[in-house]
Amino acid sequence: MKKESLPHITGLFDSPIELHRLLDHLPLAIAVLNADREIVLLNRAIQGLTGFHEEEAKGIPCAYILRSSVCQFKCPLLNTESHSVVQCCEGDIINRDHQKIPVRLTYAPVKTAAGKLKGFVEAVEDIRFVGALERRTSTTYGFGELVGRSPQMERVFHVLPMIAQSDSSVLITGETGTGKDLLAEAVHRASQRAKGPFVKVNCGALPETLMESELFGHQKGAFTGAVENKPGRFQLAHNGSLYLTEIGDLPMPLQVKLLTFLDDRVVYPLGSTRGFQSNVRVIAATHRNLERMVQEGRFRQDLLFRLNVVRLHLPPVRERQDDVRLLLDHFLNRFTAEFKKPIKGFSAKALRILLDYSYPGNVRELKNIAEYALNICQEDYIAPKHLPGYLTDGRIQAASAAGAVSGEELPVSAVTGAGEGIADWSALEQKMILDALLRSGGRRGKAAGLLGWGRSTLWRKMKQYGLEGHATASAATSQ
Amino acid sequence: MPRKVLVTLYGNDVAPRFDLTIEVFIASVSPEGRIEEEKTVVLPQASAEKLCRMIITEDIQTVICGAIEEEYFEYLRWKRIEVLDSVIGSCRKALEKYIRKELVPRAIFWEKPQNVLS
Repeated sequence: MKKESLPHITGLFDSPIELHRLLDHLPLAIAVLNADREIVLLNRAIQGLTGFHEEEAKGIPCAYILRSSVCQFKCPLLNTESHSVVQCCEGDIINRDHQKIPVRLTYAPVKTAAGKLKGFVEAVEDIRFVGALERRTSTTYGFGELVGRSPQMERVFHVLPMIAQSDSSVLITGETGTGKDLLAEAVHRASQRAKGPFVKVNCGALPETLMESELFGHQKGAFTGAVENKPGRFQLAHNGSLYLTEIGDLPMPLQVKLLTFLDDRVVYPLGSTRGFQSNVRVIAATHRNLERMVQEGRFRQDLLFRLNVVRLHLPPVRERQDDVRLLLDHFLNRFTAEFKKPIKGFSAKALRILLDYSYPGNVRELKNIAEYALNICQEDYIAPKHLPGYLTDGRIQAASAAGAVSGEELPVSAVTGAGEGIADWSALEQKMILDALLRSGGRRGKAAGLLGWGRSTLWRKMKQYGLEGHATASAATSQ
Repeated sequence: MPRKVLVTLYGNDVAPRFDLTIEVFIASVSPEGRIEEEKTVVLPQASAEKLCRMIITEDIQTVICGAIEEEYFEYLRWKRIEVLDSVIGSCRKALEKYIRKELVPRAIFWEKPQNVLS
């Protein structure tokens, strides 16, 4: 190709620059297509990826050059929506060397200043390495950053891949510190929108007026101080996921606006009459009991129905006692590597304290305890003296156990009916065990299932509280 | 002895992908270069495995296709089937070139008037 015939960009710098030179330096594979979806330009990266040279590909429909799994029957450019908004999808291509490569495709329309469609820019991302990296970072007992092997968590991990692959709205519930943010991110990363943006908005962090502008954006001059157009989070999250944390704290007027968006998928920035079609997956999370808030008239029922398409509940640590040891070891391994400390583990006494604690702050608190202990400990094993002082103070433990079941936070199903008149956690736990045994007719496997524990944990706790005789008596009473 | 040729189809053109092909053109070409027999077969579903099986059962000697994955490419070659892959152009033109012994893998003979996708 002669140098004179190469396209140039003018007006950007004081002298024209070659478009090819600009695009060739990008690590992203890019093709420019005309309105008939024929190849106009291929940058160096896409030539390397597909094996086709620009000279031989020019004028040929993109489907024969890119040869992706979406080209033949699901070409996004056949959709008239692609003429106005950016489209994203995942698929695979087969290059000239017979390699099948998983890719993420992004199609953006190219228009004249008058709005006439002239063609498309197609970006092709090789996601082979992303998949490999994800496989490497995932843990045996977990999903993404989440760790657990209790029956409750296994249920969550089991449905997660299916939920991630769907495009439905997700509502995550769970007490503070249970890992709602991590779960939302894990859903996004496992979804087809993984390479798109993951935008997080804390619905309780800003006053109502600011929140509206933050979420939906504003037009220049919409209000005093709006000196320029500002895209909202919905626009920023286009082709990705929008994570609305603390959705229970969203003011009522904004609940209506969110509801309208979930219906029409169109965002109207403040002061603008022109809507923006936003392709966003909404993931919402809250530690509040939304059903109760609906009854109290503080949360719109119709919004709850729309958000509650897929619901994921993260159980508190006290309902997944089987995971405490796993979580302690997980954070110990993580922090020993991070802090470069050759600590071998927990002493038996420290472990007893840690296993008996109720963790009202859930996994976040457990992680902080592990981090504190590792920082303090200068020996081979973490002893009780290395643990935060409040852990060995029985009164605070009892208060924390009682506090976790108060307020409008999610009810603690496992300890329903307990709490009043019970002085400490041990007594509460004994009562939980006896209740479970009564309900299961003395069958320990079933009782362990009801408590969300493994059989071995139940056996250990029964032995610790001397309940082995009681179990037989309970069974006899129930029969 | 006539040679049996299979062309993966997408409309009137060689299909861009072997594994997504749902229609094939089969022709018997005599040593003199005459097409003695021809048929178009619509497959129940797109599947590279099933297409390979069909190629074997139909006694095909040459496959003309677009993109083909290494696994199937090597399998067909192992079965002593000639694979002319990464061909871009119309089925008719591909056959003409094949008969004239001009068709090679990676051949591109795209013609704008035939540019009708879906």
